Amino acid sequence: MSDAAGGLAVEARDVHKRYGAVPALCGVSLEVGKGEFFGLLGPNGAGKTTLISALGGLVRADRGSLAIMGHDVQRDFRLARRAVGIVPQEIVFDPFFTVRETLEIQSGYFGLRRNGAWIDELLERLALQSKAGANMRSLSGGMKRRVMVAQALVHRPPVIVLDEPTAGVDVELRQTLWAFVRGLNAAGHTIVLTTHYLEEAQQLCSRIAMMKDGRIVALGSTASLLAEFSERVLRVKLEKGGLPAPLAAGAALEATGWWRIPIADVAHVEDALRTMREAGAAVASLEVAEPELEEVFVKIMRREEAAAR
Amino acid sequence: MSGFRTLLYKEVLRFWKVSFQTVAAPVLTTLLYLLVFAHALAGHVQAFAGVTYLQFLIPGLAMMAMLQNSFANSSSSLIQSKITGNIVFILLPPFSAGEIFAAYLLASMVRGLVVGTGVFAATVWLIPLPVGNPAWIAAFAIVGCGMLGTMGIIAGVWSEKFDQLAAFQNFLVMPLTFLAGVFYSMHSLPPFWQAVSKLNPFFYAIDGFRYGFFGQSDVSPWASLAFASAAFGALSLLTLHLIRRGYKLRH
Ligand SMILES: Nc1ncnc2c1ncn2[C@@H]1O[C@H](COP(=O)(O)OP(=O)(O)O)[C@@H](O)[C@H]1O
Ligand SMILES: [Mg+2]
Repeated sequence: MSDAAGGLAVEARDVHKRYGAVPALCGVSLEVGKGEFFGLLGPNGAGKTTLISALGGLVRADRGSLAIMGHDVQRDFRLARRAVGIVPQEIVFDPFFTVRETLEIQSGYFGLRRNGAWIDELLERLALQSKAGANMRSLSGGMKRRVMVAQALVHRPPVIVLDEPTAGVDVELRQTLWAFVRGLNAAGHTIVLTTHYLEEAQQLCSRIAMMKDGRIVALGSTASLLAEFSERVLRVKLEKGGLPAPLAAGAALEATGWWRIPIADVAHVEDALRTMREAGAAVASLEVAEPELEEVFVKIMRREEAAAR
Repeated sequence: MSGFRTLLYKEVLRFWKVSFQTVAAPVLTTLLYLLVFAHALAGHVQAFAGVTYLQFLIPGLAMMAMLQNSFANSSSSLIQSKITGNIVFILLPPFSAGEIFAAYLLASMVRGLVVGTGVFAATVWLIPLPVGNPAWIAAFAIVGCGMLGTMGIIAGVWSEKFDQLAAFQNFLVMPLTFLAGVFYSMHSLPPFWQAVSKLNPFFYAIDGFRYGFFGQSDVSPWASLAFASAAFGALSLLTLHLIRRGYKLRH
């Protein structure tokens, strides 16, 4: 495989898109390296689905260019579309066919006529074997979603894009799906994911872009975003005595009686505890809360809203 | 290898799976037309020399069913896929505009030809027809079904709601079919309406098709073939252009 784009799985250059008067993408540039597990986050209407649709050729960008594995999605559309499997956000299916027919037909669209072994494997790994002969109409939402995942993978694309694949899917199925997607990533597939569950993104994605109003407002490794925008918090519950003044200044009291004390890093836990001990406060229990993507997200979105005002 | 074959297969399977509605029902409707109009109009309508009115009626009615069902196939498949959203499964694979066009068109033609065959199979026992020239019959069957298959693609691509498709069908396809000389010979019309009929491409499909059976027609079969093929060709170019531009398919 040629490395024309220097090893990039996905490349967006200054992509603009309007729907009539509604701007959906306002100059999005993005690079996803081969083998990455990349998260695309943002509130509803940020433009995530539009960007993904432009990658798949469902939407035409007004300006800018997009490439998958180095293939321009307009000029080299055949190679670009072979290189990507997209799971659309909305649950859609063809009520005329069974699960297996659906997957055989989708394989055929990519010119694959003897794809039975791979289809069987997909059905098994997505826990759909028992439904292979069932009509698509008869499946639950979560099952339809998994068929859509299988449909996106029939041609074994190196790049897999999932647009909110776990929306409305129950917890157990989410676990199955994530285990499956992690396995694909471990096997070398590039994954691009949008999700509303930020703790999922935090666990899965090595790099993240946050979008708002058609723009990328934060981009970086998950670890660096967490380090930059989130802080560790020491939570303590006191047995007796009050929180000494120097600590109380920056702390907040939760309704449950726990104090939240911001700390720069773990080393400062020692200092905070010593300060309490010296002031005669007895600690009943304590924990260090890990930074959360949720917090990063909220902060960045607030910052953007303030900037827009 | 290309996915064209599968798309064609899927489009054929789609109507074949519900052939009771997509093939049997139109054949039955056509037989009812035959029954009613033959009863009401036999003896009133002067058709061709040596051809009974019932015989005259069959190729016209068969072609009418073929045209309508070719149109219905591509248009309903596209509008359903667009409304349910499963059109994405056709837009995401690496199909060229030509492949999408050809698959929808050929599946429509297959449906039209199957319905036409059904009409003849159901009537041949009661009302045998002469088969003057099978080549003309085949040529007009193909061009007629092709013309309406492309119109169905245009209507399916253009429509966003079932209402709009129904309007296309009721205000364009139905009038053109009913005024195409299914029930009468054009020579029985006043000169003005004869001139109007000659602007209707459906008329040529029916007139030429009938020539294949009886060796008689209102205009020369060569002229009919030229007009019908020109209409088919122009519609095909327009359809290809729309699909290539992604008109109402790729926003
Ligand atoms: N087909 C469409 N027609 C008109 N506006 C659209 C269409 N699709 C999306 N939009 C608008 O474009 C913006 C981006 O939407 P979308 O890409 O779906 O965002 P996200 O996936 O991040 O929620 C929104 O303002 C949305 O209302
Ligand atoms: Mg979306």
